[in-house]
Amino acid sequence: MFRVPNESEPNVSVRLDLPEVGEWQRVAPRYVVVEIVGSILFGLVLCGAATVVWILTDQIWALFVGLAIAVITIVIVAFEPRRVRSIGYQLRDDDLLFRRGIMFQRFVAVPYGRMQLVDITRGPVARWLGLADLKFVTAAATTGVAIPGLEEADAERLRDLLVQLAESRRAGL
Amino acid sequence: MTADGSSPEPSEPAPTELGVALVLPGVTDGQWHRLHPATPLLRGGLFIVAVLGFVIANLRERLFAIFFDEPTDGNDPIDAIVRNGVVGWALLGIAVVLIVILVAFTLSWRMHTFRVTSEVVEVRSGVVFRSSRRARLDRVQGVNLVRPFIPRLFGAARLEVSVAGQDGNVQLAYLGSSLADGLRHDILRLASGLRQSGTSAGDSANPAATTPAADVSATGAPGPTGDRPTLGDLAQSRVNEFLAPELDPDAAPPESIVRIPPGRLIGSVVCNGFTVFVVLAITALIVSAVVGGPEWLLVAILPGLVGSFGYYYSRFVKSLRYSIAATDEGVRVGFGLLSTSSETLPSGRVHAVGVSQPLLWRPFGWWQVQINKAGHSSNSGAAGAANTVILPVGTVDDVSRVLELLVPSFSGEQQRILIERGLRSRGGSDGFVNAPRAAAWLRPFSWRRTGYAVSGGVTLLRRGVLSRELVLVPLARLQSVQISQGPLQRRLGLAATTLHTVSGPVSARLSVINRGEALHLFDLVSRRAIAAAEIDTNDPRDTIPLTGPAE
Repeated sequence: MFRVPNESEPNVSVRLDLPEVGEWQRVAPRYVVVEIVGSILFGLVLCGAATVVWILTDQIWALFVGLAIAVITIVIVAFEPRRVRSIGYQLRDDDLLFRRGIMFQRFVAVPYGRMQLVDITRGPVARWLGLADLKFVTAAATTGVAIPGLEEADAERLRDLLVQLAESRRAGL
Repeated sequence: MTADGSSPEPSEPAPTELGVALVLPGVTDGQWHRLHPATPLLRGGLFIVAVLGFVIANLRERLFAIFFDEPTDGNDPIDAIVRNGVVGWALLGIAVVLIVILVAFTLSWRMHTFRVTSEVVEVRSGVVFRSSRRARLDRVQGVNLVRPFIPRLFGAARLEVSVAGQDGNVQLAYLGSSLADGLRHDILRLASGLRQSGTSAGDSANPAATTPAADVSATGAPGPTGDRPTLGDLAQSRVNEFLAPELDPDAAPPESIVRIPPGRLIGSVVCNGFTVFVVLAITALIVSAVVGGPEWLLVAILPGLVGSFGYYYSRFVKSLRYSIAATDEGVRVGFGLLSTSSETLPSGRVHAVGVSQPLLWRPFGWWQVQINKAGHSSNSGAAGAANTVILPVGTVDDVSRVLELLVPSFSGEQQRILIERGLRSRGGSDGFVNAPRAAAWLRPFSWRRTGYAVSGGVTLLRRGVLSRELVLVPLARLQSVQISQGPLQRRLGLAATTLHTVSGPVSARLSVINRGEALHLFDLVSRRAIAAAEIDTNDPRDTIPLTGPAE
């Protein structure tokens, strides 16, 4: 249906990538457990709701909906390792670079001077695995940079480093 | 309570003369001052009107009897009181209520104090529940001077100092008009980092306070003794005040750079989506009347139609006497006929500017200018819209003059051409980097016009063909930059770019752009934003000491 516009370039290189940036820091591989547990729980709740509708009201379509949800959940879980591998960040000289997503890719650059605060959060599963999420808040609500699945010690070190960097490059709003 | 009561400076002779003390050149001396004595009355105005209305409604027969000498049937409350012989108790009750109201008002007035130091503006209020708000002057995002209709009759005005964040306002309500003017001047001077030398509050208030009548208007109420002016003087000063958009000739250059003729204003208010709806409703009404449709349709539509004229009227009146001008302290936008508002934005507080043109405005060549800013005033802006509307309606020339004010670094001939092209060009090679043909799959009409340009520390994003739009983001205010790509965009070799700014009506996003161009823009903008933030001197006290040695 859609033609590839740049015939000179092969299909693969149409992906977004920043060629000349350095090595991406990746998140802890075991963070995939957190994502999988979350996806499965969410899928189970939806499946459960569909099942209740099917049994109580005897609507046969609810069964298919439940099955579809189950299949989608399985697919999501299967791709989870790749999605987690796609999360990366880099501390450049003056800004933090963040990427995530394979299907829907996203790259964000936040200058250190723009950080208003750095937040560390730990969910129950992540805490059990010794992981933490780091979230950066700027004056723009849409920035939305959150690095999940960092080792707790790493997260705290990174937070201190970022606060220090933000302080030394502090700009107004 | 005792600590607060004793905190106003002891040099002030008596509470009744506090108002006089306010105009003296010492409001910004860091001491606690009180507001306009009529403040509780003005703030509680609606409540008092409601109580009066209730009383009058209950006594209307009695009033008729008094004024028209008609007999009563003896059923109103006063008759009941007389019959039961509790006149004394009733009078006592009324007296107690009046005293309580008086005491409460006085107390709340005495407890409502503010101070302006060289660092902060602070307001304390409340009798039982004390509250205290403090705004750092170097974080001031704008100062808004509002004169609602009723307080304006009393010669009072509300001063709002907005700082970043939702609900981040310090309100000084109400102040004497000329005092509010002088105070705005001082706060903005302090906020811009210029230390005032000497007595700027007094100086700036003086032009308005030269006549004794104006002096009284500044203090809000006539002094208790001797120097009370005649009623004629008072009325004269009130009329002058009412007619003058700005009381302080120094602070406001008389020339507004944009004039909105009433015809254009009416046209812009009428030509919007709401009018289409109204026209549809009227058509439906006529059709139903002709073919004999159901009567409930009339009942359903007619009140809405009548109400819509009120909407048009209020939008029109609010946008009358619109003015925008550069002052020493920043860009000042004023508007309003009965209730006036004049907001001052210090330089460098504009995070994004959006110029847009609804489809219905295109035949007339009208544009609207909106901005994103960090502080949000509680007062609504021109045309009854949010106060992020800087120019309710204007021609292309007006728009480029306003943009020069809002983004001072962006005022060369080249930039003027860019703006002109960004607004009116149909696309092509015109200085903007536009989306490729493949983008027609996702944006069938507007892909030719979807593009960006970077010039003079500002990124321009252009989009939309039915409703045309141009967004300017000063890179020194940019918070972060993002590029993203979904599966469809990947297939077409496209990507989306978003410049993140503080929240507001302007969204700086290009949803289709060549993938390579998006990467280029990402790199360019992220580097330039850092460079621009480093040389940005809008917060002298913060940026220079910290970034200066680092460079």
